[in-house]
Amino acid sequence: MAVKAPPAKLASIQPISSELEVRLRKRFFNPEGSFNLNVHFRALAGFTILFGASGAGKTTLLDCIAGLVDPGDGRVSVGGADLYNAEKKLSVPAWKRRIGYVHQDLALFPHLTAEENVAYGLRDLNASERRVRAREIMNAFRIDQVRDRRPGQISGGERQRVALARALVTEPSALLLDEPLAALDRSTKSLLVGDLRKWNQNHRVPILFVTHNSEEVFALGDEVIMLEAGRIVAQGRPHEVMRAPQLETIARLSGFENVFSATVRAQNEDRGTMTCRLGGGKLELETPLVRAEVGSNVRIGVRAGDLLLAIEQPRGLSARNVLPGKILRLEQRDVIISAMVNCDGTEFEVHLTLGARDALQLVPGKEIWVVVKTHSCHLMGT
Amino acid sequence: MNWGAFWLTVRLAGIVSTLLIAIGIPIAYWLTYSRWRWKFLVEAMVALPIVLPPTVLGFYLLVALGSRSPLGRWWESLTGHTLAFTFEGLVIGSLLYSLPFAVQPFAAAFGAVDSSLLRASASLGHSPLQTFRRIVLPLSKAGLVTGFALSFAHTLGEFGVVLMVGGNIPGVTRTISIDIFDRVQIADYHSANMTALVLLVISFLVLSVVYGLNRRPWAVGPWR
Repeated sequence: MAVKAPPAKLASIQPISSELEVRLRKRFFNPEGSFNLNVHFRALAGFTILFGASGAGKTTLLDCIAGLVDPGDGRVSVGGADLYNAEKKLSVPAWKRRIGYVHQDLALFPHLTAEENVAYGLRDLNASERRVRAREIMNAFRIDQVRDRRPGQISGGERQRVALARALVTEPSALLLDEPLAALDRSTKSLLVGDLRKWNQNHRVPILFVTHNSEEVFALGDEVIMLEAGRIVAQGRPHEVMRAPQLETIARLSGFENVFSATVRAQNEDRGTMTCRLGGGKLELETPLVRAEVGSNVRIGVRAGDLLLAIEQPRGLSARNVLPGKILRLEQRDVIISAMVNCDGTEFEVHLTLGARDALQLVPGKEIWVVVKTHSCHLMGT
Repeated sequence: MNWGAFWLTVRLAGIVSTLLIAIGIPIAYWLTYSRWRWKFLVEAMVALPIVLPPTVLGFYLLVALGSRSPLGRWWESLTGHTLAFTFEGLVIGSLLYSLPFAVQPFAAAFGAVDSSLLRASASLGHSPLQTFRRIVLPLSKAGLVTGFALSFAHTLGEFGVVLMVGGNIPGVTRTISIDIFDRVQIADYHSANMTALVLLVISFLVLSVVYGLNRRPWAVGPWR
């Protein structure tokens, strides 16, 4: 069920167009050293994804917007009204900003029930209105069955929903979500994404959504802002940004050690796959089918941990891609062996265990087969 | 067993530990959240009674409460008698004497509340004071009980400060520990033993309640 529009009394104090504008500069010191946060962007109503590796400054940026950290220089405004303005020496305290913030660790109040947690931010309303509003949103987020339980007694997914509902029920003028889906399994995640989208249709406010998961970028993003070491390196619609060359660093950081540019050769609609030719070489990969014309360029990301190596040509495998190659070099990183394999001019990075290296007697120069499952190939920028 | 002294002592400890909740919470709040650079000086001040000989504290209190000090004169003009050697004087002395035993558990409990909860509360529109009332205080319940019980038990057993400030007036300032001292002076060991045993048992019960509530050792000393 959809979340109902807020009562007129509250709706009237909401700005009609609540654009979030952020211009911040701050020097930060963290355990890995110092870096400069230097960003300027506008977020319109709807989802804006903040994408970047950990340590890129995403959480610090959200803390500055929420008023929990003093940036020292710059300006933050929602709907034209300043929340922070260094020139005017203006800083609205966090508790007066009306910005919803769901932190990665959720921070549910352990001594309150789920319903009391949700109703916590509604202190301007009387008790019965509070209950009506809290129950309404708990219903919409499918957590009405855990109303009277405390955070310690409900599942991780339910806790995540309670934290979201608690922030959303206050009708914030902007919403900051710091990896709110990180701990969820895929099906719970997509349900929650649907609920969030539904809520956003009735509440047109800017939502800044932090993630380092590229799937979430495509699932949610109206707009993506890519952050690297405190700076915006790319901004735009997901498919534009993900096609940009800057993507490579981000994609690698977010777990795709292998990113190839490829050309679509054939669409096998009956099998739900397509054939792509990698780079300039002759190597072909069978990948999941996406809407892309034959001859168009795509980028394919493959995680090094999703690849298999075989010392003989394997038979009777379900994996569609078995590519002959040669080991270029082996590097040990902690307990992981990273093998670089050259397959007809294309280099693959493959991660394996120390045991696998010893059992297969892998050494540089050895002839080898790389096995790639179709569904390990993630298409980007289509 | 001197029941007059017993009830006087319980009344004193009850009043002092109750007042210390009201006085200790604001002090502990300030000690927990203040970023003043000289805060440690105040912390040291609050902890002083733990290490100071009670006679030293009692001596200065006697001077401060006497009719020559401004406080003593003010009290005298208000009530017609001095604070020294009265029950009220004992209460003031015991408040100072037991202050760290309330403030330190309070401050430790406030400081142990996860700061992400405070941030979440701020983002949900609650001022620092509202957050303190609705999040920090309820989550510090064990620390509040600990502070109350420790200051109660500590006041029960005080001797030096009482003797210096209160003297030894039956029904007014003669507390259990002084009564025990008196009995030993006149070689009434049986009576002294009875009273001492009562104090021992009560103190043990109070501490058992505290430890049972916390299930973990807490620091009472300045080494917190």
